[in-house]
Amino acid sequence: MAGDIWVLVEQWRGQVTDVTYEVLALGRELATATGGSLQAVLLGPGVAEVPPSLGAADGVLVAENTALGEPEPDLYALVLAQVIPRRQPEALLIPQTNALMGCGPLLAARLGLSCINSCRDVHLDQGRLLARCLLYGGKVEAAVVPERTPVVLGILPGARPREQGRIDRTPPCAAVSVDLPATPPVQFRGYTEPPPGDVDITREDVLVAVGRGIQRQENVALAEELAAALGGAVCGSRPVVDQGWLPASRQVGTSGMIVEPQMYLALGISGAPEHVEGMKRARLIIAINTDPRAPIFGVAHYGVTADLFDIVPLLIDRIRAARQKAAS
Amino acid sequence: MVKVLVLLKLVPDVVEEPEIAADGRSLDPSSVRLVVSERDEHALEEALLLKERYGGTVTAVALDVPEVDDVLFTALAKGADRAVKVSGVEPGMSTWAAAAALARTLRVTPGLLPADLILTGVQAIDDLDGQTGPVVARLLELPYVSMVSRVEVDPAGHEAVVAREYAGGVTGTFEVRLPVVLGVQSAEKPPRYVPVARVRAAMKAQRLEVLPAAVEEEPAHLEVLQLSKPQVGGGAVMLEGSPEEVAAQICDLLRERGLV
Repeated sequence: MAGDIWVLVEQWRGQVTDVTYEVLALGRELATATGGSLQAVLLGPGVAEVPPSLGAADGVLVAENTALGEPEPDLYALVLAQVIPRRQPEALLIPQTNALMGCGPLLAARLGLSCINSCRDVHLDQGRLLARCLLYGGKVEAAVVPERTPVVLGILPGARPREQGRIDRTPPCAAVSVDLPATPPVQFRGYTEPPPGDVDITREDVLVAVGRGIQRQENVALAEELAAALGGAVCGSRPVVDQGWLPASRQVGTSGMIVEPQMYLALGISGAPEHVEGMKRARLIIAINTDPRAPIFGVAHYGVTADLFDIVPLLIDRIRAARQKAAS
Repeated sequence: MVKVLVLLKLVPDVVEEPEIAADGRSLDPSSVRLVVSERDEHALEEALLLKERYGGTVTAVALDVPEVDDVLFTALAKGADRAVKVSGVEPGMSTWAAAAALARTLRVTPGLLPADLILTGVQAIDDLDGQTGPVVARLLELPYVSMVSRVEVDPAGHEAVVAREYAGGVTGTFEVRLPVVLGVQSAEKPPRYVPVARVRAAMKAQRLEVLPAAVEEEPAHLEVLQLSKPQVGGGAVMLEGSPEEVAAQICDLLRERGLV
């Protein structure tokens, strides 16, 4: 099995998630380069019916167990730690999402494997798998090679277009037997939907997003003023929500909402990968940040290196004036 | 009553621009200031909230690196009962090796274990492998739950109910036997602030316990070939000019798209 590339399928609430297809697309490239096969690894109860959309894989390894109803990284790692030593793939690619976070590191810790997280790309370089990882909130990229294989790779969302990895063709599947404790130490109890917010930011055409650069809670009012002038809503990145300056319902990113507005105005947001994943599909992205090397400028269509407090009041005046002119 | 350990890691403050050192494989230490990892700060806050709710103790543990005294005294000023500095570790060791050193030190030091809960941040910005929690859990043979945003402990102290964050603001609830290692994503409340005066008072009134690290040779798991500034796809068209000119340009862009 040397050279085989495995992709752990993320199923959440009964659905194969988009990021799985992104990772399958990357896995396909790697398997072609290594000359091995691409295997999707599907865990869960009732997985006898393999989703036909996993056709990018040459085969599907299926571990069926009623305890695997929802992704639980501790249990997933326990299962994978039984299967990997038997079949020795070259690499296991795991979507680095909230649902699976911890699974790769736990698995690697169990088996003493190399683990590389936060990969935005992986390719074969002089016979070795070379991963490119984003560190320091996206400000530094590291080129990293594992010292041993199998290697466990956590792949950030967005590594490849999801369409590339979504191929409708039911691949052959092979059942693998696993042994789980009768009472696993971590047991899933249920999901809770977010409390209804005052504004559903996923439905807004115009979003004014604030990040750490907004500095203080009282400054959020300035963003509110701009959003009101534009007829949109205010949202924010994780640090602003962590501080309690905006409710969790306004958070954009992998832990929060995925938004696709007509316009996303990012104020004082550096552009950590977790945030970018939530807003990169906006039609128009304008970013204002004092740091000319902020990663947000990599995803924005237009950027301004400036203090948001110098620009936003002037912008509010201009927008109000333009609106008045249009109305008169 | 709960006994909680919190593992704190210091990381470069990315508010400043990290510069890559001449070897191309590490950060220039003169370009970075070390601060406590943001997720670890949330882990400490959650630990203090648990203590307030159930009684018990909170012990903050960190490896000895520059600025660590400030971080540990701040933890004491916030309400931690003990602060432990683990000394004798190599600078720049991998997350795996650092986590293994911490776990082994906890295991061999009387009075630290057993703890009901070991809390740490789910990942730090300089982790290549995100393994602090998982490696500690593995070496101590405890379960691990990541992306935790709330913890409740049953009165008998045998199990905890933890909430994990998912996309779209959904939370998942899990039941876990104690003791457990938790990777904290966010505390239930924003991390508390303590004025510098209280930290100074803690420095005078309290002391840090210094423990030698129980270090064993760890296999190298990864090799960093190079650090670089990431290439950004496409990149933004940068608007130049005075604030007035920039505001006018943004307004024009919005007008062109019918947004104003």
